[in-house]
Amino acid sequence: MAKILMKGNEAIAEAAVRAGALYYFAYPITPQNEVGEYLAKRLPEVGGVFLQAESEVAVGNMLFGAASTGKRVFTTSSSPGISLMQESISYMAGAQLPVVLLNIMRGGPGLGGILPAQSDYFQATKGGGHGDYRLLVLAPSTIQEAVDLTMQAFYLADKYRNPVMIIGDGMIGQMMEPVEFPDEHTEPPLPAKTWAATGASERRPLVVKSLFLDPIALEKNNIVLHQKYEMMKRDEIRYECYKTNPKNKILLVAYGTMARICQTAIDELETEGISVGLFRPISCFPFPESQLYAEATKPNIETVLTVEMSMGQMVEDVERVVARQRPVKFFGRTGGIVPSPEEVIDQIKQLLAAGTPAKAKA
Amino acid sequence: MTTTFARPESLQDVVTHYCPGCTHGVIHRLVAEVLDELGVRERTVGVAPVGCSVLAYNYFNTDFLESPHGRAPALATGFKRIRPDMIVFTYQGDGDLASIGMSEIIHAANRGEKFTTIFVNNAIYGMTGGQMAPTTLSGQVATTCPLGRDTAKTGMPIRMCELLSGLVTPSYLERVAVHNPQQIIRTKKAIRRAFQYQIENKCFSLVEVLSTCPTNWGKTPAESTNWVEANLKSYFPLGVYKTPEEVK
Ligand SMILES: Cc1ncc(C[n+]2csc(CCOP(=O)(O)OP(=O)(O)O)c2C)c(N)n1
Ligand code: SF4
Repeated sequence: MAKILMKGNEAIAEAAVRAGALYYFAYPITPQNEVGEYLAKRLPEVGGVFLQAESEVAVGNMLFGAASTGKRVFTTSSSPGISLMQESISYMAGAQLPVVLLNIMRGGPGLGGILPAQSDYFQATKGGGHGDYRLLVLAPSTIQEAVDLTMQAFYLADKYRNPVMIIGDGMIGQMMEPVEFPDEHTEPPLPAKTWAATGASERRPLVVKSLFLDPIALEKNNIVLHQKYEMMKRDEIRYECYKTNPKNKILLVAYGTMARICQTAIDELETEGISVGLFRPISCFPFPESQLYAEATKPNIETVLTVEMSMGQMVEDVERVVARQRPVKFFGRTGGIVPSPEEVIDQIKQLLAAGTPAKAKA
Repeated sequence: MTTTFARPESLQDVVTHYCPGCTHGVIHRLVAEVLDELGVRERTVGVAPVGCSVLAYNYFNTDFLESPHGRAPALATGFKRIRPDMIVFTYQGDGDLASIGMSEIIHAANRGEKFTTIFVNNAIYGMTGGQMAPTTLSGQVATTCPLGRDTAKTGMPIRMCELLSGLVTPSYLERVAVHNPQQIIRTKKAIRRAFQYQIENKCFSLVEVLSTCPTNWGKTPAESTNWVEANLKSYFPLGVYKTPEEVK
């Protein structure tokens, strides 16, 4: 298929349709409105459902009802909207319902601003709603990758019967790039959705629920969920290394838009004869722990620098993984300010000028 | 021997957890009888609320979804939009529907979602132990208004049928009660009509049923039915508030 020039938000919308997600419930919020606007036109053409809800609280719960049919459903929103969906996300995780949620993150906390940010990393990867649950969290850094991951997200949601969240930011949503849509799914077939509510005609009635009043039953459900998350940790790690080589003294860690900016900084430094590598998590949960550890602890690496569009959130995962084997530094801008490649270069040069730090205690 | 009275197929053969004298059970049975008579059990999905009827799915012999507190109309919307061929109903208490879930019910009704809501109004929060509900009567004692509801501070009890009938979108709204046999028969007719409209894909339908909570009202079952007649009914007048035929 030929490449077409598309805005990120619209490309994601089209990818969802092509993944067979014909049921979309959402409430407007900047900077992701183009998704809804695109689908309001597109979904009726393919016999789907577009519904603008009265609030994100309602959206989340419409998703619960909709996913209970066994069909592929999804929503898109931005930070404050995602906060309002946390109740239903916890319920859907508890009831093991497959849904896909896209968070085009903007600056916070509170009403914050509408410019790009990565400050919902904690919310996405560590919970947000109540209870023992996890989301599968994917972070694209290009529009093509956003398309590919969106299509995969629906498959993964079905495979694990779990909500999947894609985290992008205003840059991914708003910029335009050429994209190509894969013609066909090549994923292995999925088991029949025997858990879906379709009417008790040829079987006993079933209940889609997260309520387990008996503590033994609730613990059992939590163990089932936990085993699923452990399976994700084994099978769904996604990451990319950029220009990592034995000459690098510094390893950058960044995801999404910030990873792209780091790549520009790395290319720039290369022309000056300075060699730096990047480790880019694509799955933020499961976090690529052993892979990052292996890169960060290569003998040549002196410092790990995490760069984010936040006050420092993923850096806590990086610190946890590197576990005092190397110093972990952080650089970030927040409030909707996107760090420039020059700022990143400046950070790297400062670190190099400071020289080899005393070996950190293990 | 001919059987004159049996358990409806739409109800399961299990023991109830409701308190003695609570009319949740009567309402369950009426819904089940209607589903049987309309022959829709096998394509019905109920949505259970948070409240004493949280376990409704243990009693109905149909598929069920268990909703977060107040959000049943949103779940029902999501489901029914994708499966318009199925019969969907929510079963909600007054705390669930008129307090935390006020927004969801108003907007679902206003969009004219084609599902049926059974709204059980017992003027109190039953499950959490008798706190004030938005429907608690003026002067009525509850654990969070031990001296009786002071409407100067808490506002007047909310009348949902009246409130929803202000919406333009066609809806079927009726308030009924189950405190005596005559009202029970009327209630069944209203529930039947509500589901019939759904089957005909006509409109959003809501039946508000005045119910009892002997446990948290601190009354015997007999005193409770008398209290419905003497107090609840006068503030919450029974009757049809809207039908789809009225709306041109
Ligand atoms: C978000 C949330 N808030 C509060 C509760 C606690 N809660 C459970 S039942 C209930 C009140 C239900 O009252 P009502 O809807 O009138 O039903 P009844 O028990 O009287 O049948 C509340 C507040 C909850 N489960 N979830
Ligand atoms: S607490 Fe009240 S509403 Fe709940 S089951 Fe008992 S009597 Fe019924």
